Amino acid sequence: MEKTVNQKAWFLVLPVLLLVAFSAVIPLMTVVNYSVQDTFGNNQFFWAGLEWFEDMLHSDRMWDALARQLMFSAIILMIQIPLGIFVALNMPKSGFWSSFCLVMMSLPLLIPWNVVGTIWQIFGRVDIGLLGYTLDALGISYNYTQNSFAAWATVIVMDVWHWTSLVALLAFAGLKSIPDAYYQAAKIDQASRWAIFRYIELPKMMGVLMIAILLRFMDSFMIYTEPFVVTGGGPGNSTTLLSIDLVKMALGQFDLGPAAAFSIMYYLVILLISWVFYTVMTNLDKKGG
Amino acid sequence: MAKITLDNLAHSYYPNPKSEDDFALKELNHDWADGEAYALLGSSGCGKSTLLNIISGLLQPSQGRILFDGHDVTHATTSDRNIAQVFQFPVVYDTMTVRDNLAFPLKNRGADPKYIAERVQQIGQMIGMEAELDNRARGLTADAKQKISLGRGMVREDVNALLFDEPLTVIDPHMKWELRTQLKSLHHQFGHTMIYVTHDQTEALTFADKVVVMYDGRVVQIGTPQELFERPEHTFVGYFIGSPGMNVIPAKVSGKMANVHGASLTLDRGYTALDGKVEIGVRPEFVSLTKGEGLPVNVRRVEDVGRHKIVRADLFGNEINIVAGEDQSISPDMNRVVFDPKHVNVYVNDWLKVGEAA
Repeated sequence: MEKTVNQKAWFLVLPVLLLVAFSAVIPLMTVVNYSVQDTFGNNQFFWAGLEWFEDMLHSDRMWDALARQLMFSAIILMIQIPLGIFVALNMPKSGFWSSFCLVMMSLPLLIPWNVVGTIWQIFGRVDIGLLGYTLDALGISYNYTQNSFAAWATVIVMDVWHWTSLVALLAFAGLKSIPDAYYQAAKIDQASRWAIFRYIELPKMMGVLMIAILLRFMDSFMIYTEPFVVTGGGPGNSTTLLSIDLVKMALGQFDLGPAAAFSIMYYLVILLISWVFYTVMTNLDKKGG
Repeated sequence: MAKITLDNLAHSYYPNPKSEDDFALKELNHDWADGEAYALLGSSGCGKSTLLNIISGLLQPSQGRILFDGHDVTHATTSDRNIAQVFQFPVVYDTMTVRDNLAFPLKNRGADPKYIAERVQQIGQMIGMEAELDNRARGLTADAKQKISLGRGMVREDVNALLFDEPLTVIDPHMKWELRTQLKSLHHQFGHTMIYVTHDQTEALTFADKVVVMYDGRVVQIGTPQELFERPEHTFVGYFIGSPGMNVIPAKVSGKMANVHGASLTLDRGYTALDGKVEIGVRPEFVSLTKGEGLPVNVRRVEDVGRHKIVRADLFGNEINIVAGEDQSISPDMNRVVFDPKHVNVYVNDWLKVGEAA
């Protein structure tokens, strides 16, 4: 069959093209534009080439923020994924209590980011916060505004509180899809509890867990609001994650050039990690693991 | 291998069953003889799988006891009962290889690795998957997966019984024959007690030494395929076994005479006065279409199924099926039927009534 050629069809793509241009392409190109120029005000720009990129690559500040960011994402994944699976495994499988658990667990997911931040900011205060006050009364030195360990602990516990239920809900959905016959067969084969988890539950949950890991990684890698509200990146720079640092640089110091170079590199890092992740995922799928 | 005794067994899925209707499995006493192959036959929802799960220990009965060789195992776990069971849908461990799947039940019981390797090879050969032993189970077709499930069921030699819960539902027809034959030869070779649940009468009749027919939570008849065919003890067995099933016609019976809507026919045996719903049952194979004598029928259609013809007719408003020979010609003036008196059974309230020999 001959293909019909109709150049007018391009007009149908035009609205999308315009929309994407205004919402993504032009802003992104502006960033690219900033990243290769320098300005001393007055809206006068000078060509700077790759200077800002070189600067950023040699900047300890950025490497430190990246290291903190990677550590943050790694820690919350290492806590939330196993904890989510554990919660899902121990949830009632059906009936009233199952629905009850599902609703209770969805609650943190519905709270806006800045509210979560505010809740924990107050909760952790030594003078009026329940958590801070209690810890202080027990003689444990805890002050997230002065002690960087306490600040990290607060930010991580807050993220775990906010997002573990997402992992648990996804894992629960995966578990629910396993037919009873698998458990019955496992009983007949005299499989141990660990073997049931390892050979039945985990493989059947793998698909949803991959999605959970990807979602949690991306979300945590661009986290901004909650730690900003709680610690503002402090004490010092100890909880200054990538996005907090970027905003400081771009809007606080108004260093447009370095900030633009920074954000492009930030974007490339996310792209790189997502690509690695995707490749590993599809390979696992092919191998049948 | 063991003799399995069901003593006063019953099961209800309700916590407090009130009437007999609440029981998915009604009171049952039965011995499954050691080393026999049984088929458990019945339509969906008749309690077959419930009974099977009680025997394997996946379900605790509401009342009664189960004994293996005289030992009470009612409260023993599935693994203590040492039973193998194969389910309707394939259960394989996706991430393992076929070999590891087959070895899994042996490994869990701490068998000697050398023995496991040998035994798995043997089973792989039996299910025709020797070449695929080192493939992962995940990408396989449904038949192949079900063959693995069957293999995993057979891998242990010392099991007390092998239970099959409609295992061939997902398998291709030609493969069904092959696997069924293999199961049968396996039975001859090792002499395991086997219980095979199915709703397919051909499967039941070809597989088993004895067929247990269940209806509405009750065992209605246990017998050889021939007994089920010739003397169904319940009208359900008559309907369910045979193709088409037995003709059941309301009648009045006294002495050696049966009266169907005013027309009478002679029976082989004599009956004393019968109370309740009285019916006569006769298999289509023992009904013949004639010209002059017998009960009047109205032939509606003739189906030629290849080996024989099935005549669908109307006898005083009851549907009646007649099996006629493939080369027998059927003419419009053949509007009467006669029954072979030796094969006419009398049912009272659906249960067979055996008359006295004349």
